[in-house]
Amino acid sequence: MAISKEEIIHIAKLASLNLTEEEIIKYQKDLTDILEFAEVVNNLNTDEIKETVGINGEYNVFRKDEVKQEISKEELLKNAPSKDEGMFRIPKVIN
Amino acid sequence: MAKEDYEVIIGLEVHCELSTKTKIFCSCSTEFGGEPNSHCCPVCMALPGSLPVLNEKVVEYAVKAGLATNCEITKVSKNDRKNYFYPDLPKAYQISQFDLPLCHDGKVNIELENGESKEIRIERIHIEEDSGKLNHDEFGRGSFVDLNRAGVPLIEVVSRPDMRSAEEAENYMRKLKSIFEYIEISDCKMQEGSLRADVNVSVRKKGAEKLGTRTEMKNMSSFRSIVRAIKYESERQIEVIENGGTISQETLRWDDVSRKNFSNER
Amino acid sequence: MELYEYTVHEIAEKLEKNEVTSYDLVKSYFDRIREKDGLVKAYVSTLEEEALEQAKKIDERRKNGEKLGKFAGIPIGIKDNMNIKGTKTTCSSKMLENYESPYDATVIEKLKKEDIIFLGKLNMDEFAMGGSTEQSAFFKTHNPWDLGTVPGGSSGGSAASVASDLAPWTLGSDTGGSIRQPASLCGVVGLKPTYGLVSRYGLVAFASSLDQIGPITKDVTDSAILLNLISGHDEKDSTSSSRPKEDYTKSLVNDVKGMKIGLPKEFLGEGTNEEVRQAILEVADKYRELGAEVEECSLNVGKYALATYYIIACAEASSNLGRFDGIRYGYRTENFENLKDIYKNSRSEGFGSEVKRRIILGTYVLSSGYYDAYYKKAQKVRTIIKNEYDKLFEKYDLILTPTSPTTAFKMEEKSNNPLEMYMADICTVPVNIAGLPGMSIPCKLDSKGLPIGFLLVANSFEENKIFRAGFTYEQAINFRENNKPTFKGGEN
Repeated sequence: MAISKEEIIHIAKLASLNLTEEEIIKYQKDLTDILEFAEVVNNLNTDEIKETVGINGEYNVFRKDEVKQEISKEELLKNAPSKDEGMFRIPKVIN
Repeated sequence: MAKEDYEVIIGLEVHCELSTKTKIFCSCSTEFGGEPNSHCCPVCMALPGSLPVLNEKVVEYAVKAGLATNCEITKVSKNDRKNYFYPDLPKAYQISQFDLPLCHDGKVNIELENGESKEIRIERIHIEEDSGKLNHDEFGRGSFVDLNRAGVPLIEVVSRPDMRSAEEAENYMRKLKSIFEYIEISDCKMQEGSLRADVNVSVRKKGAEKLGTRTEMKNMSSFRSIVRAIKYESERQIEVIENGGTISQETLRWDDVSRKNFSNER
Repeated sequence: MELYEYTVHEIAEKLEKNEVTSYDLVKSYFDRIREKDGLVKAYVSTLEEEALEQAKKIDERRKNGEKLGKFAGIPIGIKDNMNIKGTKTTCSSKMLENYESPYDATVIEKLKKEDIIFLGKLNMDEFAMGGSTEQSAFFKTHNPWDLGTVPGGSSGGSAASVASDLAPWTLGSDTGGSIRQPASLCGVVGLKPTYGLVSRYGLVAFASSLDQIGPITKDVTDSAILLNLISGHDEKDSTSSSRPKEDYTKSLVNDVKGMKIGLPKEFLGEGTNEEVRQAILEVADKYRELGAEVEECSLNVGKYALATYYIIACAEASSNLGRFDGIRYGYRTENFENLKDIYKNSRSEGFGSEVKRRIILGTYVLSSGYYDAYYKKAQKVRTIIKNEYDKLFEKYDLILTPTSPTTAFKMEEKSNNPLEMYMADICTVPVNIAGLPGMSIPCKLDSKGLPIGFLLVANSFEENKIFRAGFTYEQAINFRENNKPTFKGGEN
């Protein structure tokens, strides 16, 4: 199944990526190749098969409802590209 | 045709913040207020390498909510990711539940004006995480992200489209509020956003079987605005149809000051 | 013999007997790094000052008679996708070039408790996506056996550094072969533990349901020691196993009598290099000679596993990498007017081409309309693959295959063709899909002087069998004693 250029552009938008014309063409080809290869999964009958959810059988893993604060706010914010008054600053978002 | 010839169909998705001490997937406090980003950690700030671990109280409270609303409790339940980009959603996905919610197929009864009782069916109750908050300043310098609320546990209670008037919707919402307060799973403070609803409204001619196209109004956090919004929206829809127009499925934003709905797309 | 040449179990003994100091040991590594890392380029960053300081302190404590952990004062190198508090974790990406973690990964915390010293952070394919370490945003790592070839990947820096004596042992991460394949191409021992045996907390996620941290070491004994140090339940990782902790050094038994080893014919057919095939058959014969039962069997999962892998891994990666948005940390574009620009431009400028390719593929298979056809289907095929292994493990203790269908390939030979590159993972990927443990052990050099490795796979949480068989082989054929990297070739 060939992927169209429009599809690549649409997917890039969903993934918040800008692609150059060159990249669009390259990914269009790559994805078509990879997905064609991935079609082999469709040759298997999976009607009676359950999806894998968690590979090692651990389930009902919970945490106690106890407050812990181990890392300071300053440390958590130190990598922020732009911050102000203890908050991450971004261009104005209109709701 | 007149307004009386139409039936209003309402369904509610009620979000209720659970009154656990800590967030749903990390040990940060859920306390309201506090300095911005002071109730945060690598998990709720989505730092690289951090992992969520589910709070047992969240499951307990959600199951309580399910039992109190006559739901069936799912034997095998799981969490799923809802992927989208927004600054108040630090991981770029919300951990929620899709195909296996904790509770399903419940019902509550509400009192009608004439004294009769009516059953409102509940499709499902699932657990999910709340998002953070964007603050804006009046000088236009930008917006500011505070993640104190990011990861606060929520249950989402999805009703069937069983309500036929704004009053029924209000009654249903009040009923849920009193149940959740009684079983002590939430403080249900609407002014703090602990209890809020997405309201789905459609209209159809009386006797018609097919449901009309619905519109959704998100994050309504007072009974008054829910009632006003439903009234406004149902009248708007009737008017559009009466004038030969069609309703498009969209999300609307209720403005309590002008008492009007605005389309986000328009 | 130089200090950097010893295995960890050898040098630990010398430390304990006060024959060497931790300071001299750590210093010998930094001297070696100065001498050879210009050729190999394994390290993204080094922590010399802190490491030497810490070594001094540990020597002091030892001198004062303080009871120390058995491996206190031994250094280690860490793949640059694991967080060490207060140091950079770049994932070899422009996106995280200046990112400093405010917390320790659980494996790092465990090593710190044992007074293990960190030499530095090791190069990798960007966000662990690749099989050659050519996808690092900073520089390519070279294979010390032939500097014109790749070290494999994505943990190329972790494997090349151990092979070059730039670290006594290292940690890598393995999502589809990223520990075992570079270990094989560099002639060292690499173990991907059972999914859930080692906590992933603090490992920057690529594909959460496949990722596992594991040791890359000079020999099988060191692998067991390092696994002892990093394994165990962690309440911060809900997929971490709740089984009681095991002592893997107890499995270092020089005896394979009675063990049953399956040799799946599908991994020795078309696509596998003839010299590699011969080497694996020799390994099989050696095991027979040592008393194991080796039998040809069938495991026809390769192609399905590879397709399943690329669907699941890319889907999970596209979701996991959404958080890199230029808001809270990491690269932020200078070129923006609004929020959308920040998202799009930061991500487009911050991610390299292979990462973008996988995000696009992952977003595609998760997008509405394709979710059932690809992702859901792949999760079902995953169950089938797991079942196939389960059947084999009813009969066999271990499964023997090549680790990689070829030895180290020339740089830039494959990096333009993603599909060809992906095929190189055919032996390792099914193991991640099924969540099983697998170890690559070097067996010989090919005619070009490049290492060949074999892969032993066991059932979940049966690492003990791998250690036993691996140790027994190593006692019979000591690859390391007879072969040393040449540091020749390439442009250098």
